[in-house]
Amino acid sequence: MSFSKEFIKGIWRENPVFILVLGMCPVLAVTTSAANGLAMGLAATFVLLCSNMVIAVIRSIVPDRVRIPVFIVVIASFVTVVDLVMSGYFRSLHHSLGLFIPLIVVNCIILGRAEAFASKNSIFLSIADGLGMGAGFTLALVILGSIRELFGNGSIFSYQLLGSGYEPILVMILPPGAFLTLGILTGVFAAIEKK
Amino acid sequence: MKEIIRLTVVLTCVCMVAGFALSYVNAATKEARAYQDRLELLGALNMVLPEHDNEADKDTVDISGITYYLAKKDGNINGVAFKTSTEKGYSGLIEVIVGVDISGQIHAIGILSQKETPGLGSKIDEDWFKDQYKGKTLEGANWAVKKDNGDFEQISGATISPRAVTGAIKEGLTGYEQNKMQILGGSDVVQ
Repeated sequence: MSFSKEFIKGIWRENPVFILVLGMCPVLAVTTSAANGLAMGLAATFVLLCSNMVIAVIRSIVPDRVRIPVFIVVIASFVTVVDLVMSGYFRSLHHSLGLFIPLIVVNCIILGRAEAFASKNSIFLSIADGLGMGAGFTLALVILGSIRELFGNGSIFSYQLLGSGYEPILVMILPPGAFLTLGILTGVFAAIEKK
Repeated sequence: MKEIIRLTVVLTCVCMVAGFALSYVNAATKEARAYQDRLELLGALNMVLPEHDNEADKDTVDISGITYYLAKKDGNINGVAFKTSTEKGYSGLIEVIVGVDISGQIHAIGILSQKETPGLGSKIDEDWFKDQYKGKTLEGANWAVKKDNGDFEQISGATISPRAVTGAIKEGLTGYEQNKMQILGGSDVVQ
């Protein structure tokens, strides 16, 4: 078990979105543009990293029977920090992510990693796990957001790519586009994995 | 029994630490958040009010739950802005800010927040749509969309959103006209 191994697994072999299929609520809802996907990914990564670190540190003093409430308190605190800081310094991002910032609390990747990894491993490996899972999650959201923004709006990161003659496929930035894109990408991941 | 005490102590301690940490972050970001709130409001007010030289967000009159922001030029009121909202949109609340001159003629409107369908209902935030309200008064226009025999354009594929916006503005204007004396009465009005 090494730092790099724990880090890489989150991006590829155990990618939270395409392989574990966890945390679908923000994945489907906020990926209407690449920038939104990136911001959501970074916010979730911050929470994941901090909560993994704290939980790895306090794991020996937390009795088993109250571990879930303790994890939730830790996670909810970091989410509130993100919410407050974003509202104070990145207002337009805060508007476009809206309700989904507080909802990071119930993102099952975060509680999942706390329970499955940080509560059983050292702080060093938990940092690697948090960073890796966060990077995998962010990467997935950016890919999804880019594809949907490209077809639904003709641009990626607000940079116009398909020219003015392109007729946007509106459905791609509506909820059905999220399911379609996620389904296709999950299939592609599975196909590559099989080889 | 011992176990119960241990569980209680650990959980209480964790919650206390979290509580103190959050109150610290809350206090540390309070000013930045208030500053952003003010920037947002000022941006919206400048968008809908005629040119003014006062701080319109601080010159306000509150009547029955609605805040009226007064714009002043050389000390005289030359415009009033107020927020109005509706839940009759296609999805969720639509918040509109309306700026009028003292006669009640609309100077401009702005959409503060909306969650209408992107590409359809969301077009209520486009200039061509918002501009059609300029110069209109409560009495001087038929406050409905064309489909309902009114004066205002609907959006093809999305009639509900324009209908909701038009209704909200009408409601806001009605409130303004009813309380006009009280709103403008506080200071000297020069026509």
